[in-house]
Amino acid sequence: MSFILEIIISALIVIGGFFALVGSFGLVKLPDLMTRLHGPTKATTLGVGSILVASMLYFWLLQDSFTIHELLITLFLLLTAPITANVIAKAYMLDHADPDKDLPKTGGVEGWATFDAIGQEDDVDAPTTGTEPARKPVPEL
Amino acid sequence: MIEYALNFGFGCVGLALLFNLWRLVAGPTVADRVLAVDTMAINAIALIVLYGIGRATSMYFEVSLLVAMFGFVSTVAYCKFILRGDIIE
Repeated sequence: MSFILEIIISALIVIGGFFALVGSFGLVKLPDLMTRLHGPTKATTLGVGSILVASMLYFWLLQDSFTIHELLITLFLLLTAPITANVIAKAYMLDHADPDKDLPKTGGVEGWATFDAIGQEDDVDAPTTGTEPARKPVPEL
Repeated sequence: MIEYALNFGFGCVGLALLFNLWRLVAGPTVADRVLAVDTMAINAIALIVLYGIGRATSMYFEVSLLVAMFGFVSTVAYCKFILRGDIIE
């Protein structure tokens, strides 16, 4: 029984290390940042999650001390990976994307949030023509 | 058997950290470097957890949790600085 548990834990560690390696290899190999974001945020998060589950099983089944700390870290990583990817993509788009050419229309009165935030400081005092909705100024905190 | 798997895991994660270091040095944009630092934090968590398994001690949970939190907060702070020119407005 202990041998089967060792096989399961070893397999989880090997899978985790392999996926962490694949994610970082994608970071090196892929051509530009928007594609490079895929490797670390998906493959590496999965790999680290697998290693953390292996750690939890090891301490639970072979060391007889059950904790859910690793599940906490896994949950935290799975929650923060999309947020990290979103803010990095926004920071990249600010410098390297043209909102008129590269991005599709949003379909509403509001544009893309990243670029609206830039023009807002200039547009607040400008007179509105009446045909477009006046944008409310951001309240001071 | 777990020792062999741990050695394989150490090798993989170490190589992954080298890849991240190469991307951190090579760039070419600032966002690439921020992404490389974030991935290095995640790989460091994997390394710490593997070391904890190898030592059979549960002392490293808090370390990896702290590294996870600081990695996330620092990445968001870097990107906020790029986006707004300020972190706390």
